[in-house]
Amino acid sequence: MTQIELRGVQKYFGAVQVIKNLNLKIEDNEFIVLLGQSGCGKTTTLRAIAGLETIDDGDILIDGAPVQHLKCSDRDIAMVFQSFSLYPHMTVYENIAFPLRATRISRGEVDKEVREIAKVLRITDLLGRKPSALSGGDMQRVAIGRALVRRPKAMLMDEPIGALDAKLREEMRAEIKRLHLKQGSTTIYVTHDQIEAMSLADRIVIMHEGILQQVGTPSEVYAHPANLFVAQFVGSPVMNVAPATVSESAGAAQVTVEGAGQGFAFPRELLSRLNGKASAGGLSLGIRPEGVIVAHQAGDGFLPVEAHIIEPLGSYDIVDLKVGSQMLRARTRSGYVANAGDRVYAKLDPAQAHFFDTESGNSLGVRL
Amino acid sequence: MATAVMTTLDPKSRAASRGLSDISIRNLFIIPTIVFLIVFNIFPLLYSLGYSFTDFRASTNAPANFVGLANYRALLNDPFIWSNFAITAKYVIVSVAGQVLVGFGVAMLLNRAIPFKGLITTLLLLPMMLSMAVVGLFWKLLYNPSWGVINYVLGLGNFEWLSNPDMALYAIAITDIWMWSPFVMLLSLAGLSAVPKHLYEAAAIDRAGPFYTFFRITLPLVAPILMIAIIFRTMEAFKTFDLAYILSSQPTTEVISIRLYKMAFQEWQTGMSCALAYIVLIMVLAITNIYVKYLNKVKER
Repeated sequence: MTQIELRGVQKYFGAVQVIKNLNLKIEDNEFIVLLGQSGCGKTTTLRAIAGLETIDDGDILIDGAPVQHLKCSDRDIAMVFQSFSLYPHMTVYENIAFPLRATRISRGEVDKEVREIAKVLRITDLLGRKPSALSGGDMQRVAIGRALVRRPKAMLMDEPIGALDAKLREEMRAEIKRLHLKQGSTTIYVTHDQIEAMSLADRIVIMHEGILQQVGTPSEVYAHPANLFVAQFVGSPVMNVAPATVSESAGAAQVTVEGAGQGFAFPRELLSRLNGKASAGGLSLGIRPEGVIVAHQAGDGFLPVEAHIIEPLGSYDIVDLKVGSQMLRARTRSGYVANAGDRVYAKLDPAQAHFFDTESGNSLGVRL
Repeated sequence: MATAVMTTLDPKSRAASRGLSDISIRNLFIIPTIVFLIVFNIFPLLYSLGYSFTDFRASTNAPANFVGLANYRALLNDPFIWSNFAITAKYVIVSVAGQVLVGFGVAMLLNRAIPFKGLITTLLLLPMMLSMAVVGLFWKLLYNPSWGVINYVLGLGNFEWLSNPDMALYAIAITDIWMWSPFVMLLSLAGLSAVPKHLYEAAAIDRAGPFYTFFRITLPLVAPILMIAIIFRTMEAFKTFDLAYILSSQPTTEVISIRLYKMAFQEWQTGMSCALAYIVLIMVLAITNIYVKYLNKVKER
């Protein structure tokens, strides 16, 4: 049972504020992913929770008790580092046993715990080796084992699989998820890889320049991004964002992408939902590539567009369509658009469209 | 093979226009050194090996007679020589242990962000850069029982450092510790700053206390470089001559090299002293070898 709460946390490195008034509540057993670009303050936040970094203001509470003045050894939190940080002069066994031995647990107990965790992580046959003789994935298993072996209140992971190659990363991702489901402990995981975040998290916390942008389940964050940053950071391929105007014609709403002669048809209620913002301008339309529907024949609501670049990705293609002065990327069946330069027809799925205030970047919260 | 790793001479260079080739330039630089080494090191070494089997005395014109292993037998059966070795061993242990404790301790203190760290480190290195003879003469003054600074500062009255037979060897060791701790400190500092910071962070997260962290993380990781410092200092301490010779002439401070010096240049037992020199050489090699074996074991980890 571990809850972690951050209240109004502020952190400066000299004159630079790296964490700006961060508030976050993490429930017991939750898998939280801190997601953001490098330098956004996510690792600093994690290190502050661990006690490796002091904070300048605010409270960090573990199970309701403030811990910001405690040393990391008194917070009972385990951490897995990106660089693994295995002790190079010790065997795998000694590495995993280290946190137990450091707190003077009886020898038999240590042995039992180490072998048990090694079995869970499937590294029993590696126990006698030195870290230098291990592959990247195994090193990370050992690092995770060292963190889990003492049953900490919470697990912190700082880009634990960032240093591995793509295939191994996918494997370890599945393994971390399996372990979390099996061992179940409150986990905070830092990454800049949104796919990792989506696949692992119970809730994702997106940070940008030290400011918390949005907290939500992966599907919430994907389907209802709070602002342009989140919209473009989460999801691959990236969401299309284009300046657009909304007008009324023939009893329906028209969304015209900047520079385009014609607008895409939207349900009439869009106008009332936008609540007068339509005419004020400064709107951005956001739509994920799967929300751009491409057809070979003209149909109701379809606009003629020209395909520019086709990226075949195997299971699907990404096609760049020139609409006005903007490019909209659409996701199609592979091979659907044969050649760059082909004339196709496109329409937008109103249910997947997002509208943002261009200036502030905030979502207008319009869902059709 | 050797030419493969050598950079070739630029054909347009001045050296090339004077008709020098790569090989001739290499020889120009290397041959003088090799000649010097052979004349002043290798030749005496081999020549003295020959003398060590004779009763040669450099002070007379009498021809050297071959006596076989008689010199070695006499030396190894001489209780006075063994007492010289015992004194040397005591001196080596006290002096090297002291240097490691002081040097490593100071290195631990310096291994953090402190103002003027570079300046402090440089100042601490000064003793090491002085000449042995100068250090010996200075400390002789410092140790002076009636007006020496040491007794004055420590309030020891007329405590006799160098003329007290039981204290003199320690007094020399203290001087050696003062002079050579910076060397151990310098190497330890290099070793300590090479320990990755994230290992300390991991240890802190793993709830290791300061002592546990020191003995399980810091010390094992610095051990190889500390071992190199210990090898150097042991070899040097074993061969100590200047400090002991200048500071004291007590029989209790007669380390092996002083005995060797007296035997060779005061008693003129040239053949015998060559044999003793070889015994010392073999001992130093043996001790060093033990350390090197251990060093390799440490490095394997």
